[in-house]
Amino acid sequence: MKILVCISKTPDTTSKIAFTDGNTKFDESGVQWIINPYDEWYSLVRAIELKEKDAAVSIHLITIGTADSEPIIRKALALGGDEAIRVNSNSSDAYFIATQIAEIAKQGGYDLIFTGKETIDYNGSSIGGMIAELTDAPYISLATKFELAGTTATITREVDGGEEVAEVDLPLVVSCQKGVAEQRIPNMRGIMAARTKPLKVVEPIAADTLSSIISYELPPAKAGVKLVAADNVSELARLLHEEAKVI
Amino acid sequence: MSVLIFIDQSDGHVKKSSLEAITYGADIAKQLGVAAEGIVLGTVSDDLTALGKYGISKVHQVNNNALNHVDAQLYAKIIAEAVTLSGAKVLVFSHNQTGKAVAARVAARLKAGIVSGACALPDTSNGFVVKKTVFSGKAFANISIHSDIKVISLNPNSYKTIVGEGTATIADLNIIVDPSRIKVTAINKVSGDVPLTEADIVVSGGRGLKGPENWGILLDLAKELGAATACSRPVGDAHWRPHHEHVGQTGVQIAPNLYIAIGISGAIQHLAGVNRSKVIVVINKDSEAPFFKAADYGIVGDAFEVVPQLTAAIKKMKASV
Ligand SMILES: Cc1cc2nc3c(=O)[nH]c(=O)nc-3n(C[C@H](O)[C@H](O)[C@H](O)COP(=O)(O)OP(=O)(O)OC[C@H]3O[C@@H](n4cnc5c(N)ncnc54)[C@H](O)[C@@H]3O)c2cc1C
Repeated sequence: MKILVCISKTPDTTSKIAFTDGNTKFDESGVQWIINPYDEWYSLVRAIELKEKDAAVSIHLITIGTADSEPIIRKALALGGDEAIRVNSNSSDAYFIATQIAEIAKQGGYDLIFTGKETIDYNGSSIGGMIAELTDAPYISLATKFELAGTTATITREVDGGEEVAEVDLPLVVSCQKGVAEQRIPNMRGIMAARTKPLKVVEPIAADTLSSIISYELPPAKAGVKLVAADNVSELARLLHEEAKVI
Repeated sequence: MSVLIFIDQSDGHVKKSSLEAITYGADIAKQLGVAAEGIVLGTVSDDLTALGKYGISKVHQVNNNALNHVDAQLYAKIIAEAVTLSGAKVLVFSHNQTGKAVAARVAARLKAGIVSGACALPDTSNGFVVKKTVFSGKAFANISIHSDIKVISLNPNSYKTIVGEGTATIADLNIIVDPSRIKVTAINKVSGDVPLTEADIVVSGGRGLKGPENWGILLDLAKELGAATACSRPVGDAHWRPHHEHVGQTGVQIAPNLYIAIGISGAIQHLAGVNRSKVIVVINKDSEAPFFKAADYGIVGDAFEVVPQLTAAIKKMKASV
């Protein structure tokens, strides 16, 4: 049983969002990088839990990034996982990235591929579906629960206005979100072990880039809050009705 | 050449987010001077011809109840085939749960570039550039799509539906539906509730409400407003509320017309999920709470006193109009 967990590097959630070079580049100065929380807290931890239940499970991590993403992949290895693969590219195009992961997936013969539901910087929610298409596997998105019995997965996923439970045979691609697992903190033993775990670097295969980022914008600043006194609550109702026209 | 819009349905009804996607797709078609058409999968009880009012002339339908559950693999194959058959150059989805499952998969199948989470019409003056939200709503990016076919998934609540005149014709699409590899064994829908991502009004509670037993005042307000309910992350983590209500950078991202935050401090990770709301109201007893900086209206006060009064005031106001 082989699991491939997709790991992405994102700015820490408290990072100041600013742009340089005429709003064409994200300003990385002072930015702390973290493992994309959906990849870390949910998909990686769930994979580790599956391995804890069944020693025959092996977990490989994959990231598409340049050498500066190695601390992130080592951090992920400190939580768990047997080895990691880094595809050496700085591409931000979903199709290019998914093509690389699909290639590794086909070579490695994985039974299960986990992604986070999206990255917290690009918010694409695209990679999982694309990998599934490129490897011709079923895809369950927005999973909130994942159980495995033999080669059949039972997955709860978010659907419009509720949840749906489905059974699917492996191989399979799943995007994970809250509910699938609980956040873990790496321990000292894990951090030490991660240093010597194999991290293989491969060059990307040829693939098309179908989109590119032209520029960024920040939202316009808010005009400022209009405070209503706590003993005059009906005034708030009036403002929302007559001024803001939202109720 | 045309614009094809995926029309998402649940229990036979067309979703509100799809009406937005139709209006958006029809506006792109106008911009490009081409026709706008829709595609719907599964059995639908709504009158599909009435979707003409939102600007589409034709609805392709694969009328097969095997498609009433979303299987991204089957959906992608069928929609890609419909794109090819109809000669569409732009394919539009809503970036809702179904869109998140299917849009990127279809894009990969068609080798089409995708912008997911779009929030404005494409700029076609020089190429094809689509604006999308990034950094969980803290910024926007303009993305250029280079491929011949373009796929866009539109953020819910970011494009206003326009109802005009017109009727659409229905065309049955004869496409073979493969057996699904996904067996749906249970569906738990909270009936009657407004889905969070589609709601016009959201009432949300934080740790300031002290415990799940105190949610009644919030639920009363939500009921009075016909609002969906949400919560901050610690509230979801503590199981005071179901985890699918957790909004923020690591939860659901929403953009309602009105977001009312009760006893929520307004941490940066929380704001990331709600700062696209058109109007934000904050009720917090601490005048220094960061949320006031992101708010349009606010009351510095005790939620346990203010919220029931607000509910009563709204009830009274409704009765008088
Ligand atoms: C990586 C990361 C990701 C995160 N993602 C998210 C996320 O997606 N969503 C999210 O919400 N958080 C997220 N958080 C957590 C976030 O940083 C905050 O801790 C959290 O939002 C605080 O929740 P809160 O406002 O409910 O609680 P608190 O910060 O404890 O605030 C409670 C507020 O209630 C007010 N209050 C108390 N009593 C009353 C009363 N009687 N009447 C009125 N007001 C009262 C207080 O003044 C205070 O402002 C994340 C954190 C990290 C590190």
